[in-house]
Amino acid sequence: MPASKTKKTGKTITIDAKGVYYRELNHSIRTALKAGGKEFHLKNINGQRYIGDGLVGRDVRITIDGVPGNDLGAFMDGPTIVVNSNAQDGISNTMNDGKIIIHGDAGDVLGYGMRGGKLFVRGDVGYRVGIHMKEFKAKIPVIIAGGVAGDFLGEYMAGGILILLGEKKKNEMMVGDYLGTGMHGGVIYLKYSDDIKEDRLGKEVAVMELDDADNKVLDKLLKEYCQDFRMDYDKTRQQRFVKLKPVSHRPYGKLYAY
Amino acid sequence: MVKSTIPPMFQVVVDKEKCRKCKRCVMSCSYGALGFTDRVVPDDKNCVACHRCVAMCPENAIMINESPLAYRPHASWTVEHRQGILKQAETGGMLLTGMGNDKPYKIFWDHLVIDACQVTNPSIDPLREPMELRTYLGSKPDKLEFETDKNGQPSLKTQLTPNILLETPIVFAAMSFGSISLNAHRALARAAYESGILMNTGEGGLHKDLYKYGERAIVQVASGRFGVHQEYLNQGSVIEIKVGQGAKPGIGGHLPGEKINSEVSQTRMIPIGSDALSPAPHHDIYSIEDLRQLIYALKEATNYQKPVSVKVSAVHNIAAIASGIVRAGADIVTIDGFRGGTGAAPTIIRDNVGIPIEMALAAVDDRLRKEGIRNQASIIAAGSIRSSGDWVKALALGADAVVIGTAALIAMGCRVCQKCYMGKCTWGIATQNPQLTARLNPEVATERLKNLIRAWSLELKEILGLLGVNSIESLRGNRERLRAIGLTDSEANILGVKHAGE
Ligand code: SF4
Ligand code: SF4
Repeated sequence: MPASKTKKTGKTITIDAKGVYYRELNHSIRTALKAGGKEFHLKNINGQRYIGDGLVGRDVRITIDGVPGNDLGAFMDGPTIVVNSNAQDGISNTMNDGKIIIHGDAGDVLGYGMRGGKLFVRGDVGYRVGIHMKEFKAKIPVIIAGGVAGDFLGEYMAGGILILLGEKKKNEMMVGDYLGTGMHGGVIYLKYSDDIKEDRLGKEVAVMELDDADNKVLDKLLKEYCQDFRMDYDKTRQQRFVKLKPVSHRPYGKLYAY
Repeated sequence: MVKSTIPPMFQVVVDKEKCRKCKRCVMSCSYGALGFTDRVVPDDKNCVACHRCVAMCPENAIMINESPLAYRPHASWTVEHRQGILKQAETGGMLLTGMGNDKPYKIFWDHLVIDACQVTNPSIDPLREPMELRTYLGSKPDKLEFETDKNGQPSLKTQLTPNILLETPIVFAAMSFGSISLNAHRALARAAYESGILMNTGEGGLHKDLYKYGERAIVQVASGRFGVHQEYLNQGSVIEIKVGQGAKPGIGGHLPGEKINSEVSQTRMIPIGSDALSPAPHHDIYSIEDLRQLIYALKEATNYQKPVSVKVSAVHNIAAIASGIVRAGADIVTIDGFRGGTGAAPTIIRDNVGIPIEMALAAVDDRLRKEGIRNQASIIAAGSIRSSGDWVKALALGADAVVIGTAALIAMGCRVCQKCYMGKCTWGIATQNPQLTARLNPEVATERLKNLIRAWSLELKEILGLLGVNSIESLRGNRERLRAIGLTDSEANILGVKHAGE
């Protein structure tokens, strides 16, 4: 198992991860972090898991060349991660704070139980995105995806904000089935589309028009998103959006005989 | 609402001669079973037999009886079935209950007896000789390798993985803050800390006030991920992924919004009054590989400093499941049998799903040994350990440690009324109502828990002594020291024990 090659130029710590096992790689990052490193550039990443897992500190920044493996930024609390290509499953798993920017597509189960921070994906996202996201007071997690999403988007969502811009690359559904199933908190903003049909929604949610407060939220978040990806904000913002909200935050209140 | 036609289960009798009308009983009842006009007036149908009034009455004037109301006997249509149907016809809801399975299934602990030394193999007197109860939880290496430096000094070459010391092989059961009160959580945390054992946060996070006891806590990560964040993971000394619970295998948890007050909301990190839903599965675990991914995500997040436990319910294929869990990288497998307790579960599931811990434990220990991976993980057995007798038998069947939940609650005052799901626990345990939680003095409860651990440990030492061994390691997995009474051949076979007299 080759050890990762670490180099320091200026403030940036560059790690060549070619052929390096994830444990080794993450160990090098943690060690450098302990020694005061803040800026990381990971090169030749090829499926290594758990990058950024459990890392703490708002001033930490990790740039990744190549495709990182599952659980990128799991349990992360503060750092920013920028991925210059696609990424895999389980990104932002139970993430507490920080920001992850994916310039390509991302896989399944993104933001599971996420409670803070932001995940911006330029392209498509897979199944089960934003499941069980939750919020507490001012701590509101945000996921924005530029492309289309698979089934079970926002399932069991208890808080937070999910935004789907729904840009299609081919003739496909903008969003999969079971949208918002079991959702009992938070909000999903979707680009308006014929693909959002009653029979494809969870029975706990309803489609509604935006109000002023929603528009303010969208203004702010989309500005940030467009800036990160150098996109045309006005064009993005112009599109018609609808929101999906739970009709009750106690969907399971009447199941039992007391 | 239409008045229920279900007859009461209990009858509250107040002795008019003895009662001096102090109303303490009336104030103590949170279920509305005692009213007052010019005297105490019981409302039998609300009584749950929690005994709070009995304990509070200075005159011993209250007696609670099982209702003498006769039902025409029917061996199949028992009173419980009839009452259940009536209630469901009235409400249309699933029947709920608290605590463990109360059905008269065979309890295998009660069919196992322990060996003792006589004549040729002398017993040991634990009052005079030291008895080692210390237990280390975590993965043990396959073999130990040593190296010697140039001065000939040997040292250990094998890299050891983290192990957690228990002064005595008991851990408190996973009971979340939310399902039980902060005072109860505090008492469990402190008692564990002071007794050198472990408490388990359950899936509701750990209140910041209790961080100081964190090094003696198992911090749980369940499907809802409530209260899980980096700081929380770092607090505990063991991280547990909860997949299943013995009382309700295969279904999720659901803490009703009424129980989410401000403290619970802060610890769980969800808004006040919203339902806390833990879905049945972790939606990111669909295979042993996925489980491995979460195990290692947690290990990475805590820099490989803490053993990771995976808790599952005892179900039919438990041996294969446990093998998968160990192969996925867990350092501890916690198995919860079908008599394990709960704060709330549908009665039908509690009473009909899963298998007894005795069978599950024996099967898992066997399987891991046969596969040569028993050293890779500790086994913790849970699900109705009622006395040190059950404890010893569990250790002999192969457990590294046992879990006590109901026993710990009883030590704190619980009377097993099975109404925890109502959130009105008169003993201040399974409730968030401040008037009720104030009834549980955490200092007193801590002492009582410590007493229980001490008492059982003394008994355990006595039993080790009569077995002629001076260390818990000599008992662990030693089924030769058990015999079966009244079991079939196949039952004894699964448990790996001979019949008495053999
Ligand atoms: S507590 Fe005892 S003495 Fe006091 S009112 Fe109740 S029954 Fe009477
Ligand atoms: S904890 Fe309270 S409500 Fe639950 S069984 Fe014990 S006494 Fe009853």
